[in-house]
Amino acid sequence: MMETLLLSRIQFAANISFHILFPTITIALGWLLLFFKIRYNQTGQDRWMEAYRFWVKIFALSFAMGVVSGITMSFQFGTNWPGFMEKVGNIAGPLLAYEIMTAFFLEAVFLGIMLFGFSRVPNWVHTGATFLVAFGTLMSTFWIIVLNSWMHTPQGFEMRDGVAHGTDWFAIIFNPSMPYRFTHMVLASFLTVSFLVAGVSAFRWLIGGRTEGVRVALKTAVFTAALLMPVQILVGDMHGLNTKEFQPAKVAAMEGHWETGGNVPLILFALPDEEARENRFEIGIPNLASFILTHTWDGEVQGLNDFVAEDGTVLHPRVAPVFWSFRVMIGTGIAMLLLSWTAAVMMLRRKRGVEGLPKPMLYAFVGMSFSGWIATLAGWYTTEIGRQPWLVQGVMSTAEAVADVPAPMVLSTLIAYLVVYALLLVAYIYVIFYLARKMSRGEEIGTRIAPAPAAVPKAMPAE
Amino acid sequence: MNTFGDPTIWLPFVFAGLMGLSIVIYVVLDGFDLGVGVLFPFATEDEKDRMIASIGPFWDANETWLVLAVGLLLVAFPAAHGAILTALYLPVAIMLVGLILRGVAFEFRAKAPAPHKRLWNNAFFAGSLMTSLSQGFMLGMYIMGLEWTLPHAAFGMLTAVFLTVGYSFIGATWVIHKTDGDLQAKSVDWAKGGIWGLMLGIGLVSMATPLVSTRIFDKWFSWPEALLLSPLPIVSALLVFGLWWMLRRMPFTNDRLSWLPFAAASSLWVMAFIGMAYSFYPYVVPERLTIYEAASAPESLFIILIGTLFVLPTILAYTVLAYTVFRGKATELRYD
Repeated sequence: MMETLLLSRIQFAANISFHILFPTITIALGWLLLFFKIRYNQTGQDRWMEAYRFWVKIFALSFAMGVVSGITMSFQFGTNWPGFMEKVGNIAGPLLAYEIMTAFFLEAVFLGIMLFGFSRVPNWVHTGATFLVAFGTLMSTFWIIVLNSWMHTPQGFEMRDGVAHGTDWFAIIFNPSMPYRFTHMVLASFLTVSFLVAGVSAFRWLIGGRTEGVRVALKTAVFTAALLMPVQILVGDMHGLNTKEFQPAKVAAMEGHWETGGNVPLILFALPDEEARENRFEIGIPNLASFILTHTWDGEVQGLNDFVAEDGTVLHPRVAPVFWSFRVMIGTGIAMLLLSWTAAVMMLRRKRGVEGLPKPMLYAFVGMSFSGWIATLAGWYTTEIGRQPWLVQGVMSTAEAVADVPAPMVLSTLIAYLVVYALLLVAYIYVIFYLARKMSRGEEIGTRIAPAPAAVPKAMPAE
Repeated sequence: MNTFGDPTIWLPFVFAGLMGLSIVIYVVLDGFDLGVGVLFPFATEDEKDRMIASIGPFWDANETWLVLAVGLLLVAFPAAHGAILTALYLPVAIMLVGLILRGVAFEFRAKAPAPHKRLWNNAFFAGSLMTSLSQGFMLGMYIMGLEWTLPHAAFGMLTAVFLTVGYSFIGATWVIHKTDGDLQAKSVDWAKGGIWGLMLGIGLVSMATPLVSTRIFDKWFSWPEALLLSPLPIVSALLVFGLWWMLRRMPFTNDRLSWLPFAAASSLWVMAFIGMAYSFYPYVVPERLTIYEAASAPESLFIILIGTLFVLPTILAYTVLAYTVFRGKATELRYD
């Protein structure tokens, strides 16, 4: 049973990690495309449509990846975690149902019109379809974040015969961590997309594809990133304070902080030792963690040792993974902040725009194309591993929910998924840069998915 | 909430109905997508492009009906969701990998470098085939009561093959409607080949289901049920005969009635499904768990139902809109 639990957790982690990569792109890219489309409608300039046409292809690709990996999730609730729906299905069920009904169909139906309908429907319908797809992705985010947040900060329910029953749906939907998590995730998506668009545009600029479409995409991306990065840091701080209130064990693990007390240092580096219950090689800044978490220099912060039951059962998550994923997120975020601000300043200086960016700067953007993915994944690992050993905080443990499926069966399907995911990830990144290279050579790409029925090869003129 | 009688009775029934509706819509709509994928190896390169163009704008939304069906099973009958899906662990995993391959191959084959296109065509075919076969296998296992024994698995293999043939049949009728010329003629031939498999498949399932359980046998072969139910087999037989007769003469001049084989094939699916639903009602896990035992709390179901009443007509409306925008013969599919 132990192996099945661990393997099932790894399998779910693999699936959901792979899945979240693509919604993280489509949530914000949909709105960016709508922005391009509206600018085109306003100005009539082709460069906006050029940017739209290139990025709508990346959107279509990402959307397909997100849809198929998401379907996997909806089945895995049943195949691997039947206990979850049996116990809290009365809460999770309606939330998932609303996601499918208000979001999935909206996105999927209007995607067809958005991708292939430009010459078939009036312009306003096409713009409307773009809006509905973007709106659908946001609705989907909302419902799934509501459910996820409820699992962290459950309320508005009562237990009857071991099964949760919803009593106050307003409280369930607007549970304490939902507003912070939702804002944090949507901003994460916008930042991920900003860096992807900036990175790919910088790549095209560097290899000589210096079109107007590339220029506007790069500018839009850099300024969006520079603008939203500080907002994200502020929201992240608020989210952290919210977590401290409702899930203090998670915050203690994030900080690598064992004993409850005041004047807590901010630990920059340490190797948390679960056995000895202490940190090795700790390097910290005195009092800073107290200040960040309580906004006073000597504020008291709860330590991990408060979350051990009298019989020795550990009720906090494993420290090292939470501690380190949190630092990866913060580190990546700082790199993103520095790069976007430097670039924004350089572009604003004497209004030189993209020409104001030196080559190393453009290379840095290419290198950071997928930095948003790293930060987003690290953030999700922090919050999800940080909830362990609970599946629904204080209501049910992860071990309670797992299916009694033989471990070898879980292992074999896990390997199959991993192989497929690895191949698809390589193909996805390869195709994005392939399209960028092709575009820079001035070739029209992929506008034709299939030839016209009457397409007859032109007769070759006689030599 | 008690206006319409006991909510623990009518709510599960309504949700079983909604789930059935989603499954029927799924097997018809994604059935033709999957069928097109299964027929892929029989087509030339140019024909492949046109077949893709005939389903390109729709497949994503079609697949969403599966998500809705499984979602309804999950939210309305959580206990059954767990029981069914853990019993079908491996075929579900194969189907999921198939759906992943099929879905992404759509995008990649149009965007990857030309030399890779073949690879993605193969992935599209393999994904569609894996999905069809595993769904057919699950159907067979479900009929047999979800117990893994050798004879049951063998029966599952049979239904796997027949469902795949059935999907390729409805896929062929879709291509008849959406194309013309050589490809249309070719798909008439595919449909002519597929109809035999379809008849055998529906026949097999119709014979096997009552034999597995005396309860189901009694539901069909007692008086006056047998009389009341007789339209089902009679209409199905007429549909099969009509299709057979029509396909031998197609295409008609001026492409008249090119939509009819698809419509008839869809009706046939609906008939077969009504028959199955009647057989298994009131069980959601065959002979083990009824929809009333497996249902979620009425409060939760009621909350979903309110939303469904508003949202489902909207979904149907914009689905019709999408099919209207992309009506007619499949032409060049362009991003602009």
